[in-house]
This record gives sequence, structure tokens and C-alpha cells, in this order.
Amino acid sequence: MSETLLDIEGLHVRFGGMHAVRGTALKVQRGETHCLVGESGCGKSVSALAVMNLLSRGARRDATRMEFMGQDLLGLSESGMSKLRGDAMAMIFQEPMTSLNPAYTVGSQMAEVYTRHRGGSRNAALLRAAALLAKVGITAPEMRLAQYPHQLSGGLRQRVMIAMALMCDPKLLIADEPTTALDVTVQAQILRLLLELQRELGLAVLLITHDLGIVARMAHRVSVMYAGEVVESAPAEALFAAPTHPYTRGLLECVPVPGRVRRDEKLGSIPGTVPRVREGFAGCGFRERCSQAMAECAGTIPARERVPEHRYLCRLAPDWRAA
Amino acid sequence: MRAPAIEVRAVTRHFRQSTGLFTAARSVRAVDGVSFSVPTGSCFGIVGESGCGKSTLARLILGLHPPTGGEIVVEGQSLQAMDRRARARLIQPVFQDPFSSLNPRRRIRDIVGLPLAAQGTNPAQRDRQVDAMLERVGLSAEMGGRLPAQLSGGQRQRVAIARALVLRPRIVVCDEPTSALDVSVQAQILNLLAELRRDFGLTLVFISHNLAVVEHVCDEVAVMYLGRIVERAPTDTLFRAPAHPYTRALLASVLTPEPGLGIPDVGLGDSYPDPANIPPGCRFHPRCPIAEAGCSERDPSPRALDGREVACHLV
Amino acid sequence: MINFRLIAAVLGLVIVGVVAFCAVFAGWIVPHDPFVQNLDGRMIPPLFMEGGQAGHFLGTDQLGRDYFSRLILGARISLLIGVATVITSGLIGITLGLLGGFFGGRVDDVVMFAITCRLSIPLILVALTVVGLVGSSLTVVVLTLGLLLWDRFAVVARTTTMQVRNLDYVAAAWASGCSVTHIILKEVLPNIVHHLVVVATLEMALAILLEAALSFLGLGVPPPLPSWGLMIAEAKDYMFFTPWVIMVPGIALFVLVLGINFLGDALRDILGATRDA
Repeated sequence: MSETLLDIEGLHVRFGGMHAVRGTALKVQRGETHCLVGESGCGKSVSALAVMNLLSRGARRDATRMEFMGQDLLGLSESGMSKLRGDAMAMIFQEPMTSLNPAYTVGSQMAEVYTRHRGGSRNAALLRAAALLAKVGITAPEMRLAQYPHQLSGGLRQRVMIAMALMCDPKLLIADEPTTALDVTVQAQILRLLLELQRELGLAVLLITHDLGIVARMAHRVSVMYAGEVVESAPAEALFAAPTHPYTRGLLECVPVPGRVRRDEKLGSIPGTVPRVREGFAGCGFRERCSQAMAECAGTIPARERVPEHRYLCRLAPDWRAA
Repeated sequence: MRAPAIEVRAVTRHFRQSTGLFTAARSVRAVDGVSFSVPTGSCFGIVGESGCGKSTLARLILGLHPPTGGEIVVEGQSLQAMDRRARARLIQPVFQDPFSSLNPRRRIRDIVGLPLAAQGTNPAQRDRQVDAMLERVGLSAEMGGRLPAQLSGGQRQRVAIARALVLRPRIVVCDEPTSALDVSVQAQILNLLAELRRDFGLTLVFISHNLAVVEHVCDEVAVMYLGRIVERAPTDTLFRAPAHPYTRALLASVLTPEPGLGIPDVGLGDSYPDPANIPPGCRFHPRCPIAEAGCSERDPSPRALDGREVACHLV
Repeated sequence: MINFRLIAAVLGLVIVGVVAFCAVFAGWIVPHDPFVQNLDGRMIPPLFMEGGQAGHFLGTDQLGRDYFSRLILGARISLLIGVATVITSGLIGITLGLLGGFFGGRVDDVVMFAITCRLSIPLILVALTVVGLVGSSLTVVVLTLGLLLWDRFAVVARTTTMQVRNLDYVAAAWASGCSVTHIILKEVLPNIVHHLVVVATLEMALAILLEAALSFLGLGVPPPLPSWGLMIAEAKDYMFFTPWVIMVPGIALFVLVLGINFLGDALRDILGATRDA
């Protein structure tokens, strides 16, 4: 029996005249990895920032529901929110160098997170930090505790970020493109680590990425975002076996897979570019690039279900490709 | 048999890096003894991780840096001996970041027309050629009046390609041409490059960290590690049966969109390569899963093995 | 919400615009010849004070010259010195900065040495010495200030050039077969010019203040030319009896320098924004 840890419905984020997130719904179950996938500007990172209430000034968020472990996040004050962040809800970002403070050692930053949320002595916190660094595969953790962020390589820094996120035994880890800045071999190592930790600690992970390869290998459940909306959401196997929204299908065909497309053949591609959705935009955000677009796509789009748990936002019937 | 389009002969490139007032400047060997040749009309891929020297190699082939040692011969002529205009007619670049590769203060027409202007083409003829080339890469001639900031990433990369092709060069060096683009746009650009390559009979040097992309576009691939080529082979051979342990690790870390396969163990330790501090012996030995005692002492030289070249003692 | 930046920008534009208008059209605006003395009508207070006369809006000075006319002509001198100094120092500083930043290595070492030397020169003392030795005239003041105020241009041009030099569009220009001159003037310079415009406004304000200081010490523009600094100097003997004689040019100087700085801030915002858009 799974338990919903994070439950969001009808999330909207607006900046100036832009409507960055348009009614996103997202459920993350305890112990599962939920991937939020999409291209730049689709609203995936903004959605995550909205959950943590870390949006930049001038952004407005509203939602019909936003609950974390049964607690209403919408009514929570900033001080209540900062008690949650880094504690039950931890996060790691794309560029660890910008999220680590260059003026303090790794150890003091890790210890600070723990003592701020849990109190206790600094030495106890440092012991815990050393144990966690060892857990994320860092050799000689005591030496690393005394180092400054710039003395570490990109891969090590991201390991430190993960260890830091684990300091207070979070229930939910939000990871925004955690491996995009890393080399491919290091990316594989970091993702493998995340996978192990997730299984071992029963973490729920909200993984934000643009890379469908990562999604396929990591996710239990996938939500595909486009132009501020979740256009398709399904368990990973179902999504890759039967991608139903025209955007998801197009995106999967764009990815070069060794051995799948002959060299003299064209890759599948989606014409045009990702739109920026302005206030007042209605209908399907994909219709200008969609080969199946029709006049009704400018109206309200119904949410349909291919099979239970596999929902998509399109007028087309689930078997449109076959027809 | 025709002469190869590009011949790189034992090329090295060192950078001096001063670390402080009282320490001697260190020499960083970004490219260290690289040799290969690219047959006319083929696509040569160079893959490797950050700091392996692949971008430096691209700049050497473009003549933007002089090599510290060795020689680069393009279409039978030494690159260093060539006049800058003659070189521009022969070889052109496409860079990674379409936001920094276009001068933000110039109109698209002037950006694409720059190589023509440098050759002294008259303005009327220049504009005609620029408009034709813009349409050839899938943009409209009216875009010529816009500034780069008014274009999307994919459109900017098309502009960069138009600029590279406007002189009808023989060779185009693409340094990570799609890494900064979204997946759906990346596919458009790769298809466009393939089409232009066929139509113009181009020789391509294609540099990328994305092995799946390299597999799709290249005929032959060289894998670089800390300034050296560790393996060079026809694409099919390399992807079917990688020989060097580093190539194997790289291939293992390609994450194809196939659910249920999990994340592979690439078998590399947690030490990371540092170009300013190259280990003795085989450069890869600190991370190598099959390294033996001798690997930290002897530097392997490349040798032929079933139609490929590989630099490893143990394969 | 009140947009202070917008207010400052408009204010800067208006102030500089009005002063520039006065400077250019001084010949038409002045109600009296600013050099004609009238010893019978000395120290007439401004119109808004007790004893003011209709003919003299800002009164007259110690030699009976019309103060408003002198202020207008003084605007011309002050702005002329500001603009000419910025052109001279800008040419020197930007050239040095571009060369050092673009070529690096030995060239940069030489440029850095020159900047360091310049920074260790006590500005006002050297200016005083030079003007004192050569004798004061408008040209001497402009050249002295121009040869001394290029350091900030050089520093800013150098660092911004170093950033732009490594961008891919510069590499693309090299690969296009462009000449070094073309790359420096057409690819690099247009992309650092918005930083230099801000420096130019700061230096212009500084030059105007320095000229005022030199004139105050009697080593600026020679009398009877009415520079604002000279007007302050001439007024200082009377300031305890008739404070307005020193306040009029003083306030004018303050307002102009403030306006130039506002304008510089606004230009930075505008030019910076178009770059990022």
C-alpha cells in the first residue's frame, strides 16, 4: 500500500506576463522515484521551486492543493517552510558549486544543516557528516570534511551535496538536473548512487531532468511537461511501451539510440521550437508543432486515460497511432 | 586513392598556467601527441570527457592555436603556412553555444556575411549569397535583419551553420554543435548537418561528449583521454566491440531510453582526471578497472588491432 | 510604486540637456555681454532677493558683470572641458585597455605597468605643477586632465576585452579570415562599449570638478573666461557678505555633476538591458 508524500493539484505559476506553470498536478508516493521530464522552459524546474516556495521575487504561485506528508504547504509561513527545507524535504541542484558556500569547509556546512534542524553538538554532527560522506562513496571522508568546495572535482561536489541533503533523514529528495553538469561516466556513478540510496533509505525522489535515458533508467513514474502542463503521466514501463501524447512520442523519436537508426536515415524530429506561454493562452501548448493538430486543439483539452494510472492531455484516442 | 582531407601528425599543444608569484608556471599538456587522418568526405568523431583536450584539438585543426609540436596538413597544405583567407575558404567552425558564437551587436545578415566580407566580396553579391544560404539552412531571408537575441537556440545554431558554409568550405569542424540544444531541436540540427554534408560533399570533424549522437553521425571515432587518443576505430567496430577499458566505460555509461535496465556500474573509481596533473605510465591507470602493476610505469603507445588503433598494454 | 531609477534617469537627461543647450546656444541666450563691466552696478542681488533688478536675473558680480550671462557661458566652458577631456583620456585609455586585454602576455604586462604608474601619480598635484609651469589656458587644462584621467578607461576596457576575447564569436571571426584590426574594432569594441559609456560619464563629472578645483586655485582657465570654478574662486572673498555669489555657481556645478551621474546610471541600465534581452 503506497502512501502519497507530496500531493499537488492545479499549480499555477506566473511571472510578469508569462504563465510558466499551467495547472500542474503531481503526486509523489513514499519510496518512489518520480521523474519530471521536459525541455528547457517547460516549467519543470519552476514547479519544483514552487513546491519549496523558492520562486524568485515577482513570481506568483497558486494551487488548489499542495500537501506534503498531509501538511498544507500553501498556508505555511516562510519560517515553517524553512523548517521543512533541508529537513524532511531536501534538495540538490544542477551546479553544486553555486549551492555550496565557497567560504566554509564541507564539514562546517554539513554540520550546520544538522544543528540548525536537529540541534545537538557540532561534533556529533561532524561524525554524522563523515559517516554520510563514506556512504556516498567518498574515500577518506575526514580529510574531505576539512576541505573547501573549490578543492573538490565536480563529481565529488555532487556527492557532497547528496550527503548534505541526507543529513536530516529526508523523506523527499528533490533533485533538479543533478547530473547535467557532469561527465557521462561520473553521471552514471552519481545516478547509481542515488538509486542505491533511494532503495536503502526508502527515499522518495522527485527527479527533474531533460534526459529520457535517465528517466527510463531511474523512474517508477514519469510526468512529461510541455509548455507549463503535464501532458502525460504514467508508470515508466507503460510510458515507454505506449507513449500516447504526440509530444512524448515525438520526443522519444528524437533521441538517437545506438543501433536504432541507420546512419544515412533521418532522426525523428519535432519542427519548430519550444514556445513561451503568455498569460491568456488557452488550449494545447503543443498544437503549433503537432502533426495531428486540429481546430479543437485551441479549446479546452480533456484529460484522458489510456489505462488506469496512464493519463494524457490530448483530444486523440489512445490508439490514434494505429488508426 | 585521394589524399586525406586532414592529416594530424604527432600534434601537441601545451598551455602555460601560472599558479602564483613564487611557483614556477606549470605546463598543461592539453593535447599530447595526437595523430590521425580524415579521408575526404567522411565524418570523423572525437569523443571524450571534459578536460580531455577535444576542444583544444578542434581549435588546432581550425588554426586558431598554433600547435606546440607536430604538424597539421589540410588538403595537402600545411595549416600553419596557409594565409588566413585561404584557410577560411577551406575550413570553418560550428561551435557549441549558439548564444556566445554570434556577436550580439550584429544583424544576422552581417554575421553570416562576415567570412565573405573578409574575402573582399562586394556587398551586393554578399547579400545574395547570404540570403540563399539562410534559406538553405531552413531560415527565411527576412531573418537577416534581426539580431541574435531575437532568435531561438535552434535558429541561432542554423545561423552558425550558415556562416560556416557561406564560403563553401571543404571541411567543417563542429565542436559540440548540439549540446546546448533541447532534444527535439538537436534532432533537427543533426538532420540538417547530415543533409548539408551530403549536398556540399563536406568532410566533417564532429566533437561531442554524447556517444549516441556520435554513433549516429560519424564514420570513424577517436576516443580521447587526458590529451591522448586511447582508441580509434570505425564507428561500427567501436560500438560493437570496444577494446580500451575507457571506451568500454564510456559506452556503458550511455543511458538509452529503455526502462528496466537500471544504471550500469561503469567500474571507475572516485578519482577524477586532472589535465594539470597527468599520472605517470598509462594516463588511465588510476581509474582503470583492469590495471596491473606495469600500467603505472609504462606509457602505452597506440598499436593496430583488428582494424582499429588502441593504446593499452592489456588488450 | 515610485520608480526612483526612472525619475533619476529623466532628471539626469533634463539637467544635462538643459546645460548642453545653454552651452551650445550661449550666444543667443545671454541677456548681457558677460565680459562687460559696470562698476556702478556691482553686487546687485538676484531678482528673487531684496534689491534685485529686472535686468539682472541672477544679479551682478564684484565687477558688475551680469551673473546669469556668466553662468551660461561658464556652462559652455565646463562642458567643453568635460567632453574634450573624456575624448582625450578615452582614446588613450581604451586603446591601451583593448591592446592589453586582447593580446595579453607581454603587451598586457606593459599596459598594466602603465596603469600602475598612472595610479601612483598624485592627480591634483601633477595637474597643478604642469599648469603652473606651462601656463594656464583651456588647451593646457584639457590636455593635462586628458593625459591623467585615462586609467579607469584602460582598466575597464582591459577586463571587458579579456572576457569578450574568449567568446566563440571572436573565434568564429578568426576562422572567417578576419584581420586583427577588424576583430578588435568590429567584434570586441562594440560589445564593451556600454561599459565604457558609463566610465565616460563618471570621468566627465570628475574632469568638470577637477577643472573647477584648478580654476579655484587660479590655475585653471584664465580670467576673464567665466568657468564655474573660477566664479567660485572670485566669489570666495565676498561669500560672508553676499553668500549668493558663491552659491549660484556652486549649486550649478553640483546639479550638473549629479545630472551626469544620473545619466550614466541610466545609460548603464539601458545598454546593459539590450545586451541581455
